[in-house]
Amino acid sequence: MSIGITHYLILSTILFSIGIYGVLAKRNAVAVLMSIELILNSVNINFVAANRFIAGDGIMGQLFSIFIIVVAAAEVAVGLALVIAAVRQKKSVNLDDYNILKW
Amino acid sequence: MQLSDLVFYALAAFTIIAALGVVALPNIVHSALCLVLTFIGVAGIYFYLGADFIGLIQILAYAGAISVLMIFAVMLLLSRDVSESNPSHKKGKYLAALFSGLFAFLLALSIYSTSWDLTEGAEIVDSIGKIAYMLMGDYVIAFEAAAILLLAAVIGAVILARGEEKR
Repeated sequence: MSIGITHYLILSTILFSIGIYGVLAKRNAVAVLMSIELILNSVNINFVAANRFIAGDGIMGQLFSIFIIVVAAAEVAVGLALVIAAVRQKKSVNLDDYNILKW
Repeated sequence: MQLSDLVFYALAAFTIIAALGVVALPNIVHSALCLVLTFIGVAGIYFYLGADFIGLIQILAYAGAISVLMIFAVMLLLSRDVSESNPSHKKGKYLAALFSGLFAFLLALSIYSTSWDLTEGAEIVDSIGKIAYMLMGDYVIAFEAAAILLLAAVIGAVILARGEEKR
């Protein structure tokens, strides 16, 4: 059995689940952002694989994965700035310490 | 099994092991370095798929810029003992592992039970040229919107990270 679209989809499923696990289980805010990056990467693999195996000779999937990379870069910049601003107030990166309703 | 299949399996195993290292290692500096390895593995997958431009962008933007940003933030925020800087919830991690495992199982089941309508075309040649024509042609509005988004993100990140003005 040669490498088909199911192989890529399974690979991205595994990456996505690892990312979900990280978002749910980690307590460090930066680690949660890293897990979100894993999730975005798995989505990108899906796009590029679908572009290779379904879209024929179009290149739409690769174009959309470029946009995902752009949005991920913006997300990580703003997210890390938010974490830095929050840590400056709370003196902790542990997400369990962010348990107040009003800042 | 052909040699090219083995290359795919090796790349996939490398990517998955590095991704597991991101969530499993107790030291967040090691997690960040594993994240770089994951990005490089995903870039290898892109090259294997024939998407050379996306692979280059992946190495440049993800493995270059985003991971440096991550490591920068880790170094900036690190205050206590580094060896226990990336803890998991004690009970919650089993629940999270159960949930994500179940999720992966259901997703894999639905992937296998779907009959994919494959219309594999010719190998994509000159993907950079096609992407350039689309970015500057049909999708120029989205391209400009992405540029504005990046500008807004830069300004927002600077304002957020600088903190409040002292009055």
